[in-house]
Amino acid sequence: MGSRKGSKKTNVNAQELLSFYKDMLLIRRFEEKAGQLYGMGLIGGFCHLYIGQEAVVVGLEASAEDGDKRITSYRDHGHMLACGMDPNGVMAELTGRAGGYSKGKGGSMHMFSKEKNFFGGHGIVGAQVPLGAGLAFADKYLENNRVTFTYFGDGAANQGQVYETFNMASLWKLPVIFVIENNQYAMGTSQLRSTSTPDIYTRGAGFDIPGEAVDGMDVLSVKSAGDKAVKHCRDGKGPYILEIKTYRYRGHSMSDPAKYRTREEVQKMREERDAIENIRSILLTGKHASEEDLKSIDKEIKKIVNESAEFAKASPEPKLDELYTDIYA
Amino acid sequence: MTTEILMPALSPTMEEGTLAKWLVKEGDTVSAGDILAEIETDKATMEFEAVDEGTISRILVSEGSEGIKVNSPIAILADDGENISDLEVSDIPNEKQTLADTKNSKPKVETSTIESISEPEWTDATKVSQKTVREALRDAMAEEMRRDEKVFLMGEEVAEYQGAYKVSQGLLEEFGSKRVIDTPITEHGFAGIATGASFAGLRPIVEFMTFNFAMQAIDQIVNSAAKTLYMSGGQMGAPMVFRGPNGAAARVGAQHSQDYTSWYAHIPGLKVAVPYSASDAKGLLKSAIRDDNPVIFLENEILYGRSFDMPDIEDYIVPFGKARIWRIGTDVTIISFGIGMQYALKAAEELAAQGIEAEVLDLRTIRPIDYEKIIQSVSKTNRCITVEEGFPVASIGNHLSAYIMEHAFDYLDAPIINCTGKDVPMPYAANLEKLALVTTEEVVSAAKKVCYR
Repeated sequence: MGSRKGSKKTNVNAQELLSFYKDMLLIRRFEEKAGQLYGMGLIGGFCHLYIGQEAVVVGLEASAEDGDKRITSYRDHGHMLACGMDPNGVMAELTGRAGGYSKGKGGSMHMFSKEKNFFGGHGIVGAQVPLGAGLAFADKYLENNRVTFTYFGDGAANQGQVYETFNMASLWKLPVIFVIENNQYAMGTSQLRSTSTPDIYTRGAGFDIPGEAVDGMDVLSVKSAGDKAVKHCRDGKGPYILEIKTYRYRGHSMSDPAKYRTREEVQKMREERDAIENIRSILLTGKHASEEDLKSIDKEIKKIVNESAEFAKASPEPKLDELYTDIYA
Repeated sequence: MTTEILMPALSPTMEEGTLAKWLVKEGDTVSAGDILAEIETDKATMEFEAVDEGTISRILVSEGSEGIKVNSPIAILADDGENISDLEVSDIPNEKQTLADTKNSKPKVETSTIESISEPEWTDATKVSQKTVREALRDAMAEEMRRDEKVFLMGEEVAEYQGAYKVSQGLLEEFGSKRVIDTPITEHGFAGIATGASFAGLRPIVEFMTFNFAMQAIDQIVNSAAKTLYMSGGQMGAPMVFRGPNGAAARVGAQHSQDYTSWYAHIPGLKVAVPYSASDAKGLLKSAIRDDNPVIFLENEILYGRSFDMPDIEDYIVPFGKARIWRIGTDVTIISFGIGMQYALKAAEELAAQGIEAEVLDLRTIRPIDYEKIIQSVSKTNRCITVEEGFPVASIGNHLSAYIMEHAFDYLDAPIINCTGKDVPMPYAANLEKLALVTTEEVVSAAKKVCYR
């Protein structure tokens, strides 16, 4: 297997490499399309794109088994696509249509799938962290040997409830992986300006939770760290922290001009560390795939994304009586 | 010189207790700090220490005596060297008498035997027994935990300590530490964990030691528990109960004395129950635990120790959204809930003595609210006042006034008056605290005012 600098050796075959490529590309193209639809006024409100961070969720999903759960913040489109949710349903939710996962009532930040064990989609920074530990609490209570991936950012990592949760998760040995997606900026505040100790993964030490830093621009490193964390949880050893160092290419949300960093900084990251380019190069140099193969994948992805956009435009707005449904069970 | 040792008040709301055990006997010499006795309240057993040094010259209340009033003498302490026989004992109540008195005053509570007109399950033949609100809540949880393995209780001091207010007494023993879980003091965190567990299909009961501390957790309650069903298009919600004492206890100051009824009543997606009687506490809590929605269950510390009629009905359930009529009347409707009912009922008695027959409605749940019965009653009496302990601005009474004005304007013969707590943080001083809460006199006076009397 070919390996670029920085990739840890992992037991990954050509089939898996191709599927990583495909999954990451789907997120990238989907998000680009979402950005376009936002520009056209078809998507409203807040819309937080995942472009640049694709390797994080794709690598970790490769470590998950059926029945494992995941929960994240408002930057959630990538997580939904990676866990197998239908791009049509996600895009239609972005446009606020009846065909969306929440019938148009949740929007970009609030989508769920019971079927895929995706528990949202949460808009209050850090709130998903105790919720994720609660999902793991249920798994432990039901003794079903499942693991919960609880994603949050470097910004959320400064919220008090995160540490309340670390304490209880460790005390009760909950099978939860705290995935800190450190994309270097909490909205417009760089991590160096907001975080007293830049290595966030070390913050579990005070709670006896092991943690490690992971190169989030390399899907193979992420997968390998994910396997380790999953095993730790499934062995009943309690929570695990993965601080995945990643980078978002776009602004915090669509309305963010991103003046807090230079164009050169972003450009450098894209050119030198892009996760999709990285895997593409591994595929080609290792002769796991030809240019033709990859072109045909690109085409296939483009088709899926275009169809999702068409579906999201064609799907009707929710019926007016939906205003008063789903308030009480 | 001799000093009377008095029955101590060991909590803000304690009025009487049991002298569980004497650790000294007559003739013993004690110094300040020595443990004299174990006193049992309805919440806990506590050790009671000597404040002065001297000799225990006489023990006035024997071990095991129940219902000893706070501040009544329980022993006599003589200065060292003093002859016991010199003592002047004429003021000291004799032991037998004390015991007899306390026995008589045992169910010190107003026994609430007023006709339970709107309780369809109760008939004249229904056997009743006396139960405290505290016992009722515990029984409700125990019954529901036996019925459904997915129900568990989580909160500060709920397990080993048996509940800060002893509401969860015995549950750890019966259900074990898997289902009765002590948490660290981190309301925000454990409210979130419980909510997450409910998303995954468990049915948590979260006990807040008091609802004052739930403000730390209110984001999880409102943003996560209440809204997820809607935000997920009906895919998943939070079938859970947040419960604990709400409102003013006694002499605990501004940060521990607030009524949150209107805060939670404001939120679509939440249900809100505020029981007054023991049977409602039990029946509503059982409904709350079975409900597929997040329920805010507001109890009251002052009511925990009160006894009420409890019907001998198996699996006693009180549905949400049904007000209970405690008293039928024709002249004025008094609407209240929770501890407000004690003022409403007392006022109704005083009003009856003055020739005004009040109809008293206990809403029992604020979300949903029994608008039908409210409108029916007001349409009959043509006058209405509301009673609650919470702050006046944006109170439940304000909401009811607006609703009645909109739906029964033509039936009203007088403006509605809202009797509420005062618009001040709760003061500590006893006299000011009394003034800050709603009073029976205010309710009587408001009722007379709307009757133009």
